[in-house]
Amino acid sequence: MSEKILVYIDQFKGKALPTSWEALNAANWLVGQIGGEVLAVTVGEGSQKVAMEAFGFGCTSVFYNDQSDLSDYRAEPYASLVSKVVEEQGCGYLLFPTTTRGRELAAMCSIDLKTGVMPDVTALEMEDGKVLATRPVYAGKLLSKVYCEATPTIITFRARAFTKPEFDGSRSGTPEVVEIAVDDSDNKSKVVGYSEGEVGVSLTDAGVIVSGGRGVSNNPELTPPADLDEKAAEIWRAQEGFKLVKELAAVVNGAVGASRAAVDAGYVPYSHQVGQTGKIVSPDLYIACGISGAIQHLAGMRTSKAIVAINKDPDAPIFKLARFGVVGDLYDILPPLTDALRNRLGK
Amino acid sequence: MKIVVCVKEVPDSAAKMAVEDGEVSWGDAPLVLNPWDEYAVESALQISEKHNGDITVITVGKEASNEALKTALAMGCNQAVLISDPSLSEVDSQAIAQILAAAIRKVGDVDLVFFGRQAIDGDMGVTSAQSARILGFPMLSHVSVIKNVDVDSKKISVDRTTEEGRQSVESGFPSVLSVSKDIGEPRYPSFMGIRKASRAQIPVWSLSDLGLETPNSFVKWPDIQVPPAREITTEMIEGDSPQDIAEKLADKIMGEKVL
Repeated sequence: MSEKILVYIDQFKGKALPTSWEALNAANWLVGQIGGEVLAVTVGEGSQKVAMEAFGFGCTSVFYNDQSDLSDYRAEPYASLVSKVVEEQGCGYLLFPTTTRGRELAAMCSIDLKTGVMPDVTALEMEDGKVLATRPVYAGKLLSKVYCEATPTIITFRARAFTKPEFDGSRSGTPEVVEIAVDDSDNKSKVVGYSEGEVGVSLTDAGVIVSGGRGVSNNPELTPPADLDEKAAEIWRAQEGFKLVKELAAVVNGAVGASRAAVDAGYVPYSHQVGQTGKIVSPDLYIACGISGAIQHLAGMRTSKAIVAINKDPDAPIFKLARFGVVGDLYDILPPLTDALRNRLGK
Repeated sequence: MKIVVCVKEVPDSAAKMAVEDGEVSWGDAPLVLNPWDEYAVESALQISEKHNGDITVITVGKEASNEALKTALAMGCNQAVLISDPSLSEVDSQAIAQILAAAIRKVGDVDLVFFGRQAIDGDMGVTSAQSARILGFPMLSHVSVIKNVDVDSKKISVDRTTEEGRQSVESGFPSVLSVSKDIGEPRYPSFMGIRKASRAQIPVWSLSDLGLETPNSFVKWPDIQVPPAREITTEMIEGDSPQDIAEKLADKIMGEKVL
């Protein structure tokens, strides 16, 4: 029997989250090892468009439901729908992107399907006919290799662990609607509205991240408005400092990160925090500005390909991980660095 | 109203982790209440204080796993339960969820169940949703703001954070919540709280107390390692002026071919 690998394509209003396509490529890798075919399922408002796209990325069958009682994401009915496709199609593997929705659905489907779940996996290998998955644990301070003894095997994949597959517009097909009865107990939670997040590049998907730490508030040349108290003046200084970080990020098309110290001090919202109790990131380029490199922070960005550190303190631990280091004040270095990169990138 | 908070005891986040003979070790770093769970405790306390609630904090662990529970008690939770059983070793997250679900049923008439978003040891982040699924309670994950709790109509409304922004959701009791850091800074245990917690007798429930056989575990972890050290040669960039340094650094960055 040919193995069927089902991938959940996480989408919002017709736009797939990039990690979804990366999970599809993990499925392609599995097909290369064990044979079989890749199926996709996607749910919610706009999912028909995403379902069509999935054919272009190489799926052989695609299932979706964009009906009104499923237009807003709610974990309970979405998980029921995914579990139903797994059972009807006899899928041996169920893969998700590690997104907020993907991880939650994987958890619920594991209960429905009486199996386990291996979340936030960064690599796969075959050993003795078993699929071994690598999971960073303790914020990546250790790597654990895991496998699942029950079927289906449920895995969620960390952003940027796999590349996105080639899109070929000549491949197409007709996606199939999957119906489920949305029962009363599911209706106990009800979505009543949305508010937009900050517009910008998502940290976990970002190829480039520019991060600021405590050091961004230390510019002695700035004079805060006189009516601010000490704490407000510090935050004012920090926000002035973060402007430099944001300008550099904009030039390199990067996301803006921050250390826990900077978030806890109120300089930037928590959604920017990189580290063990923030986001775990793995960009191609990570520029750390005024970040000393607490173990907490290093755990969240140590797998970045190239790290650049700018810090006043020559003994800052961040330099041990850095490909390039500058001992200096970020206020002096960032403006000319932003200009220099803008020129080289022709912006 | 009755609230349960599910917590875990983990090595401190600053611990230097090592593997000795295949066993994970964290040196002399202390065991603490999982940092994410502090937000769950804080959130439960705020609701409980407003609505005259009663909070039971639960963990699954070895006989001596009292650090997380004591911290939660010291912060203000009313009582704690340790679930411990000699048959529980190497259990996966869905097995833990089966046990927690049974414990929540045993507590009885629970209105809200709180979890942290994940534990900083296994970094799984699935136990809350697995428990909710077993219980058949709605799951409200990644809650950033609790906007309203209405005990009379048994309703809660929250804002959840997703990749796109915030989703406002209403739900009924009982519901399971996992909260994130922007719910608000957890309080420090008070002196009185610490004294009370240190004297607390924490009951231990076995699996038979919960009417359970040892649940099946499906996920196995045969191998754990310290990641190979990265070979990094750090090149320090120096120059006559910030402009000079910036130009050199820009050339070096372009040379890495990552932009």
